[in-house]
Amino acid sequence: MSSHTPVRFDKVTKSFDTVRVLDRISFDVPRGQACCIMGRSGSGKSVTLKLLLGLLKPDEGEIYVDDVGIEAMDSAGLVEVRKTMGFLFQYSALFDSLSVAENVAFPLRRHTRMSEAEIEDSVRERLADVGLEGELDKMPLDLSGGMRKRVGLARALALKPSILLVDEPSSGLDPITTLEIDNLLMDLKASSKTTMVVVTHNVPSARRIGDQLIVLNDGHILAQGTAEELDHSDDLIVRQFMVRA
Amino acid sequence: MVTMPSIIRTLLSEAGLISAFAMRAIRVAFQPPFELREVIHQIYIAGWRSLPLVMTSGFAVGVVLSMHTRATMERFGAEALIPAALAIAMISETGPLMTGLLVSGRVGAGIGAELGGMKVTEQIDALESLAVDSFHYLAVTRIVACMIALPILTTVMNFSGLIGGFVAETAISNVSLRLYFHQAFSVVGFMGYALPTLKTVVFGFIIGTVSSYLGYTTNGGSEGIGRASTRSVVISSMALIVINVLLVRIIFVLFPGGVL
Repeated sequence: MSSHTPVRFDKVTKSFDTVRVLDRISFDVPRGQACCIMGRSGSGKSVTLKLLLGLLKPDEGEIYVDDVGIEAMDSAGLVEVRKTMGFLFQYSALFDSLSVAENVAFPLRRHTRMSEAEIEDSVRERLADVGLEGELDKMPLDLSGGMRKRVGLARALALKPSILLVDEPSSGLDPITTLEIDNLLMDLKASSKTTMVVVTHNVPSARRIGDQLIVLNDGHILAQGTAEELDHSDDLIVRQFMVRA
Repeated sequence: MVTMPSIIRTLLSEAGLISAFAMRAIRVAFQPPFELREVIHQIYIAGWRSLPLVMTSGFAVGVVLSMHTRATMERFGAEALIPAALAIAMISETGPLMTGLLVSGRVGAGIGAELGGMKVTEQIDALESLAVDSFHYLAVTRIVACMIALPILTTVMNFSGLIGGFVAETAISNVSLRLYFHQAFSVVGFMGYALPTLKTVVFGFIIGTVSSYLGYTTNGGSEGIGRASTRSVVISSMALIVINVLLVRIIFVLFPGGVL
């Protein structure tokens, strides 16, 4: 197995107009581990994921994926990097003109030389992994929020990425569905050693999924460590966040 | 209060951004992957699905033009020239411009709303996350599809108009279809047909570019989507009418005696 660090932020700064959303933040995520980034709304959590995917460029600092800097990459280079990553969006971002099966098949058709039969098998397998093998022909608008999230996860995992980025997995979901999604992510981490960066403000979720937790506040990393370490943080805001959020 | 200079500044800024978008589209269009499957799908949406609208409108315009032309020609005893006059009117200007405006309304609004919807629901980011160049896949394919569909739709519009004119004529005279079309095309040469029809490739480029740009840069939720859709129609229609003047002028400069 490669000894590369899958994800590394090095003194990354990002501003929008005059607002500095991230201010020289640094962290890394070891292979096969899940890092949960928490913080109040507008603290730059989702921006972190978009920077990592190359959808946004940092103003300063370096971002490395498997030890390769991505901020200076051209679009062809980014395409190759993105093939190694999956992204589960906050509201799933399924293509609403495509059926469930077509959504999951989309990356396979684009980036593999698989036959239609192989694609169909792979789509069934991915959807079975998330418990939706019977919903192949449904359209995204006919699905519940939890089901859309599962389809989004199946699509994000279609190319078997080594890194999975997840934006607010519990957003808009009831506690039971949240637990189901969390279990899917934990199973995935255990079975395929996928490295995960999960943005959430659901602390129970972060405790379940995360090997490492990061609390962002005003563009800075306020605290970083295991859930237990953060529970005993000297910082009052961190302790309040861990208890009340 | 909005002052005149700020309106001009906004207009120039918008025109500059759309021009940069257009230049990027031209550059990217010649780079692989060429997304042929998506281009064909978009031609189906922009072209095939516009056929009922274009055929019906063309037929109705042909009927009306024929009635107006007859009313004028009868005064001079020149009824035999009605098919030729109608053909000149349809092919040289009415057909291309009307097709452009109709497609701008139907397809331009659709592209603006569709891409706007994709933008606000993060579907464009989702495409990028799946290692797909969203600009090429969404914008360039639609621009190319509009450029291919417009001349074809214009041809359909022209013939629908001529058939409409023929139907209107047969209600009054006993002219045969063969004689009608023979008279109509006796005054329209190859260049007379090709140049006005091919100028709609430029119309397609304008419609595709403007509506893709406005959809692609949408923000502000459902209100933003509505705004993108409306502005797609307004700006592309205005640009199309203004550029048409330039294109006609260019044709007359290149062919001083006219192309008919």
